[in-house]
Amino acid sequence: MLGNTERPGGERGARAADPDLVRVLDDEGRAMRKPVLPIERRLALYEAMVRSRRLDERLERVQRQGRIGFHIGSQGEEAAVLGVAEALAPEDWIAPCYREVAALLHRGFPLEAHLDNVFGNADDPNVGRQMPVHFASRAHRCLSVSAPIGTQLPHAVGLAYAMKLRGEHAAVAAFFGDGATSSQGFHDAMTFAGVMKVGVAFFCRNNGWAISLPAHEQCAARALADKAVGYGIPAVRCDGNDLLAVFEVASRALDTARRGGGPTFVELLTYRAGPHSTSDDPTRYRDPDEVSRWAARDPITRLRKHLEREDAWDIDREAALLARVDAELKEAIARAEKKPRPSVASLFDDVYAEPTEALLAQKREALALDEGGEG
Amino acid sequence: MSELTMVEALRSGMREAMHADASVVLLGEDVGRVGGVFRVSDGLRDEFGPARVIDTPLSEGGIVGTAIGMAMHGLRPIAEIQFADFIYPAFDQLVNEAAKIRYRSGGQFSVPLVVRAPYGGGIKGGHYHSQSPEAYFTHTAGLKVVCPSNPRDAKGLLRAAIDDPDPVIFFEPKRIYRAVRDEVPDEIRVPLGKAEIVREGADVTLIAYGAMLYEALAAAEEVAREGIEVELVDLRTLIPLDLETLEASVNKTGRFVVVHEAPLTSGFGAEIVSRLTERCFYALEAPPIRVTGFDTPFPYTLEDVYLPLARRIAPALRKAMED
Repeated sequence: MLGNTERPGGERGARAADPDLVRVLDDEGRAMRKPVLPIERRLALYEAMVRSRRLDERLERVQRQGRIGFHIGSQGEEAAVLGVAEALAPEDWIAPCYREVAALLHRGFPLEAHLDNVFGNADDPNVGRQMPVHFASRAHRCLSVSAPIGTQLPHAVGLAYAMKLRGEHAAVAAFFGDGATSSQGFHDAMTFAGVMKVGVAFFCRNNGWAISLPAHEQCAARALADKAVGYGIPAVRCDGNDLLAVFEVASRALDTARRGGGPTFVELLTYRAGPHSTSDDPTRYRDPDEVSRWAARDPITRLRKHLEREDAWDIDREAALLARVDAELKEAIARAEKKPRPSVASLFDDVYAEPTEALLAQKREALALDEGGEG
Repeated sequence: MSELTMVEALRSGMREAMHADASVVLLGEDVGRVGGVFRVSDGLRDEFGPARVIDTPLSEGGIVGTAIGMAMHGLRPIAEIQFADFIYPAFDQLVNEAAKIRYRSGGQFSVPLVVRAPYGGGIKGGHYHSQSPEAYFTHTAGLKVVCPSNPRDAKGLLRAAIDDPDPVIFFEPKRIYRAVRDEVPDEIRVPLGKAEIVREGADVTLIAYGAMLYEALAAAEEVAREGIEVELVDLRTLIPLDLETLEASVNKTGRFVVVHEAPLTSGFGAEIVSRLTERCFYALEAPPIRVTGFDTPFPYTLEDVYLPLARRIAPALRKAMED
């Protein structure tokens, strides 16, 4: 028997020799066939991936400095997230896990609003009620992040059913990790989606680890995609660190969903390059060799090599991009950090559409205590 | 206006709502072809089609989770849980999702969802077809909890719950599904959060809801023959709680007894006693009394012993008058 670190789910599948794995770029960024995504979009997405990585790295430092309480990033999974985001139509919905901020930003959610959430300030769309990186934006058709795992998946099914009943031809992209495939929500959603034939594309970012549990201890199936068979849902496995492959696979799954062809399960084989969150210490359970092997397959590096091969990218453009992104992030973080906390009164809003008498009484009590304070 | 049982009144309420609003859908186990195991939705699938009256796979978490997704995109789902005893697999979806989505999204999303669940004992249902789990839900900010006691209220509260912009858990007293008939108006609404004084009296306030209302009424009539005049309040809605009506009654009588089927410890009666003691302490002439199910699992053979029937309520009323 191989040691845990030798075969987390992600690593098992991502070998080039794997016959049923969709790939466009090899590990060195060589296109094995002509990519569907035009070169200018590849460039835009490269920039988005770099921005996402730099944002995560910067917010992890901000957390270490004690300026925010928590951060959860998507390092190593940028292609899996942004490849799907690029395939979304404006009317499609996202049912997110918590590693898909880049997808939301890609749809035009302002960086400022995201950072307002991270700092839980008065301008936070969630009014400081959730931890950092628990985003929501109805305007960008993205549901509200919940920390309990897999609970968003049946919501995706219900939302897609509502669209079907209302005659809307759009898809729901549901995101989750390998750990979520063990959750009740996954089982419920796959069961219901199968029989209701709703337009949900299930994107499982199999990043090899659910906090400290390797994917092969999460499930004994050969591949997580095999689970879909039991629900009567077609499945496809894709190299999740290959942006161009993710885009193509996601486009097909979402298109099927929009055309009334029902759900698809997409297993995106990737790797959680960072900790689960800033509360985690992966050195306690992960072999550094495994981490470095995956670093060699990093999705950003791979796409950069590809763009360099296409003569679309060079060291000067890279330096200019990093300078621009870093300046933008630094300025935006400083601005969000300066904003005030939400008002004490706001604590009592949005529990119900109209507050109950009990809530109004408690609000008076809190405001009286706060008199002369922050208001 | 027609004379209906509670089952017929609930069906009539759902039918009216589905006619008035194409976004109202019903989903649950066996709600379509067979019309629900209690036949509450009998005929609705034929009338509105299988796309709006949906027979779902057997998973309460899936039913409620799917209904939440529907509610976030313009539908007004009514999710039926076949028995309230089976609601626990959906507990996370109700407590962590439905209840919090408006709040956690800063009001961007809302969940106008009604979860209907037949609850309570007295039908020889044993552990798993008799429970009264209302207190678990009254403890969760963001949920509303309703429990009607008669066909008219059942329909009126159900229509109000369907209209409501927030998630409502609607507990139906299955023991009296067919036991009483009532004149039930068309298009009736009974507002959430309003208790009803069903019997006026100056001596002691008796607070009950759901099926136990009838036991409370029987006890009140029994002690009336001894000269004790009971003011009986039907709570109708647990959250929001109509404290104003309760407070006025207790300030008048100075004594009160609370009845529910659920076990004593941490039951909703504890909340009522606390609130009224805080508010009416100096008006009280006697300690409050709770008459409830015992702190045992719900029994099969001895359910008549377990339930807070009139024969346990009447002595509590007399005791309240002793001090």
